[in-house]
Amino acid sequence: MGNLIDIIKSDVRYEDSLKACMNCGICTAICPAAEFYDYDPRRICDTVQRGDEEQVEKLLRSDTIWYCGQCMSCKPRCPRGNVPGAVINILRKVSQDMGYYKDSHMGRQQVDLMAGIGDNILNIGYCVHPDVVFPEKHPEQGPVWEWYVKNIKAVSPKFGANYHGEGAGALRTINPETMEELRNIFRVTGGMDFHDSIKNGPHNE
Amino acid sequence: MNRFWNEYQKAIADDHFFYERSCIRQTFFPGSETAFLRMLREELNKDIFDDFRQHTCTGIGYHTDVVPLETTMTVVARLFSLMTEHGYENYVPSCVTSFGVFTEMCHMWQKTRENLYKACKREFNIPKNIAHPSDVIYHFRNELAQKMKFRLVNRFTGRPLKVVEHIGCHYAKIFPDKGVGKAEFPYVLAGMIEAWGGEVVDYPERRHCCGFGFRQYLVQENRGYSVSNTKKKLESMEPYEPDFIVSNCPGCSMFLDRWQYTIAEMEHKTYDREGYGIPVLTYEEMAGLLLGYDPWELGLQIHQVQAERLLDKIGIPYDPKAKYRAADGKILRAPEKPENLLV
Repeated sequence: MGNLIDIIKSDVRYEDSLKACMNCGICTAICPAAEFYDYDPRRICDTVQRGDEEQVEKLLRSDTIWYCGQCMSCKPRCPRGNVPGAVINILRKVSQDMGYYKDSHMGRQQVDLMAGIGDNILNIGYCVHPDVVFPEKHPEQGPVWEWYVKNIKAVSPKFGANYHGEGAGALRTINPETMEELRNIFRVTGGMDFHDSIKNGPHNE
Repeated sequence: MNRFWNEYQKAIADDHFFYERSCIRQTFFPGSETAFLRMLREELNKDIFDDFRQHTCTGIGYHTDVVPLETTMTVVARLFSLMTEHGYENYVPSCVTSFGVFTEMCHMWQKTRENLYKACKREFNIPKNIAHPSDVIYHFRNELAQKMKFRLVNRFTGRPLKVVEHIGCHYAKIFPDKGVGKAEFPYVLAGMIEAWGGEVVDYPERRHCCGFGFRQYLVQENRGYSVSNTKKKLESMEPYEPDFIVSNCPGCSMFLDRWQYTIAEMEHKTYDREGYGIPVLTYEEMAGLLLGYDPWELGLQIHQVQAERLLDKIGIPYDPKAKYRAADGKILRAPEKPENLLV
């Protein structure tokens, strides 16, 4: 036992993220996620700090760790210099590495995110690009977005964009050599294995 | 300058910048990136380099937990290697989340040099200075003011325009000392507004997140989180009757615009008196308009809340017939009108 806590503490971000939480709850008071969900970053820090393997595993298998919106408003507010939002990054990584994310509804959303944002990065070199913000999936973008996507080739040069062009500029096609270097970085650093394990791996039958 | 206020300042380089484009800003506000480069090169005679071999910083992937830390750090290292290769030392990332990612990564170089060499045979230096483009515009706000044709003043009343400024969370909440005014007194946008004749609106939820929430917006079923947080801000600013909102983050600018449309369609509610909504500008659009740049080249027609009433208040001329004209001059059919939000 003690394995999960050791894994969490071995993340390079841990030392700067959780020093000694005194349970004041300022992080929860400022947290936009705590207003919207049944979510309490103070309790997350407390659970990790206590180091009870059973409770930590329960947390990693729950919806709770997926509620944070990563605004990091908690960081400047914590009187002890903790960063609950970064503790969340570590817990989410461990949850995915261990396959625990598949036990929660919010956790399983990672599969869609990997197929969306993850694939965008590896296929086109952008996290977000007009080609992948489909109006039918984004009704909140309104009729103006539908119009822009439909007319982007004709309109975007007015804004100085270089949509699908060669060379520099907004919305250019990223050249094959650059894309290959980007994918190589994912291969060398474990990003590609991580991508494949969530998108196609054994946790995702 | 007051000696206490000195502690809240940051170093911003004066010239020779390496520009990194933002996925979100290119997608929703491509005219803003063009305007920023134009201001630096044409108005301020500065050297700024835009490398075609750049790519995403993976910031959205990092904060949606689909890209591991080691990968993001090495992707950032590659971008720094492009900067190094071209002899630059001052890095200017267009996105606020990129800005947060870069400041975070500069704290944690371990295996990254080795990884980058293995993957790309590249080497890099850490920038001497990392400034968000809004820092750069803030730094030169007085020089730009000298060239501006308009001011943030209501020409009908002579009163300063009331401006809500929204700072993206990742600008100063992750590393407070990397932002002008730190996290407590962010002044990067307020400084521009005051220098250009406007009045900053101080309202209760001024520092609340716009609600992006990364996975909370990107996963369709979670979007209630995103719109709820924007709604909280809009309700809080409504009694102050702002003339417009300006943000330094491309995501925040988009959400504060689009969620106004959504709330109007869902609840028949707008946050101005007449039903048009509160226009949202990027800081590049705000500066560009005051410098006399064409509103339709800045891209104001691809906002959902339309800005003509604001342009009229300032006295900025525009050609209504050119609004939906393609780059080749052809007139395109206008977008459909929303049911409730007036355009």
